[in-house]
Amino acid sequence: MSTHAFAALQAFLLKSSGLSLDKEKLYLVEARLTPVIQQAGLSGLPDLVARLDADKGLAKKVTEAMTVNETFFFRDRLPFEGFRTAALPALLKARAQNRRLRIWSAACSTGQEPYSLAMILDEEARALTGWSVDIVATDIAETVLKRAKEGVYTHFEVQRGVPMPHLVRYFTKRRDQWAVNPTIKGRIDFRQQNLMSDFSHLGQFDVIFCRNVLIYFAPDQKRDVLARIAQRLAPDGYLVLGAAESVIGYSNEFKPHPDNRIVLTRRGAPEPAAVSALPPLTSRLAQLPAPAAAVALERFRTASLGQARETK
Amino acid sequence: MKNVLVVDDSPMIRRIAKKILEELNFKTIEAEDGQKALDAVNVAMPDAILLDWNMPVMDGLEFLINLRQLPNGASPKVLFCTTESDVKHITRAMQAGADEYIMKPFNKQIVKSKFEEVGLC
Repeated sequence: MSTHAFAALQAFLLKSSGLSLDKEKLYLVEARLTPVIQQAGLSGLPDLVARLDADKGLAKKVTEAMTVNETFFFRDRLPFEGFRTAALPALLKARAQNRRLRIWSAACSTGQEPYSLAMILDEEARALTGWSVDIVATDIAETVLKRAKEGVYTHFEVQRGVPMPHLVRYFTKRRDQWAVNPTIKGRIDFRQQNLMSDFSHLGQFDVIFCRNVLIYFAPDQKRDVLARIAQRLAPDGYLVLGAAESVIGYSNEFKPHPDNRIVLTRRGAPEPAAVSALPPLTSRLAQLPAPAAAVALERFRTASLGQARETK
Repeated sequence: MKNVLVVDDSPMIRRIAKKILEELNFKTIEAEDGQKALDAVNVAMPDAILLDWNMPVMDGLEFLINLRQLPNGASPKVLFCTTESDVKHITRAMQAGADEYIMKPFNKQIVKSKFEEVGLC
């Protein structure tokens, strides 16, 4: 790929999606754009780059191909346990009057993150009785949003992160794939949203998951997105970043949670309660006394029978 | 280094599982059916067991039920690793005391994720 074509692609991606593309990512360009080139019947990357300004449909395909990132259920665990054990209890207390919670999964890709959050909220259903909880999940790419809305995953996808009891409880097997049950799917409002564009219309949130996105942004875009995220986050809300991400140098609006640097709170917010040692997701079941565990298993069994009927 | 007993009647599956588990820093021992696995756990109880379902002599479910009745049989984490991938089988495995469930075909990412889930990775 010529230096000129690469520079043009860099400029296009920065403008269209905030993606900062350095030369080390050339392998990524080739891997992701080759199918687009073949599908469009073009001769190569220079040909593709030359058409980006004139062909909006092609430009959209390029943006989508370059911004789709790997995701899996309960990715990295710690953020989700932080959500369950730190953010949720604090917010249940703080919002006891209006009983409303709003959660945003920004850049949700194929949906594993918002579905993981919805599963946690379902597990906490007793504490949330009478509450209104919105999960808004957004992504720039229509193709991945379509998959997210369908909520159907392969063996490989569900096995990367979905614990066995959750699989039985929240998914229905359809041939060789697993479909998220309607009770979980119905909790999520999927919308297309480019983080580089205004997102104030999404409203105010108590928790924002924006994970493994900012690492791909150029410094100026990072500052801009974080500043606008801070405006969308309640003063006592929580921002959850990816394991390799930090706001240091890009925003002074946030500070890390005392025991979980991935979970950030707004500066000036009350000191959150400490997160204790985090057990695996399923440990809560294992810790139940035997009869209760049996009842829980029975619930799973009954649910699975119900699901089997649904599929007929 | 934690020990994993790999129970599968297919030498190829045992070989693949052994390679993945060793890359994840586990020491492995092997058994080709449930009865041989019971013999092995009676000699030394492993930290985890990767367990096929359908095997000659004694299947994985029967092995698991027997294992959980042994004096130290509650301690190993048991991860089924099988082509049986319907909800009915998974539920039966849970009721018999399995800790996790891997549906074949599997790869290193899946094995790692499941061993993380049971707290061994």
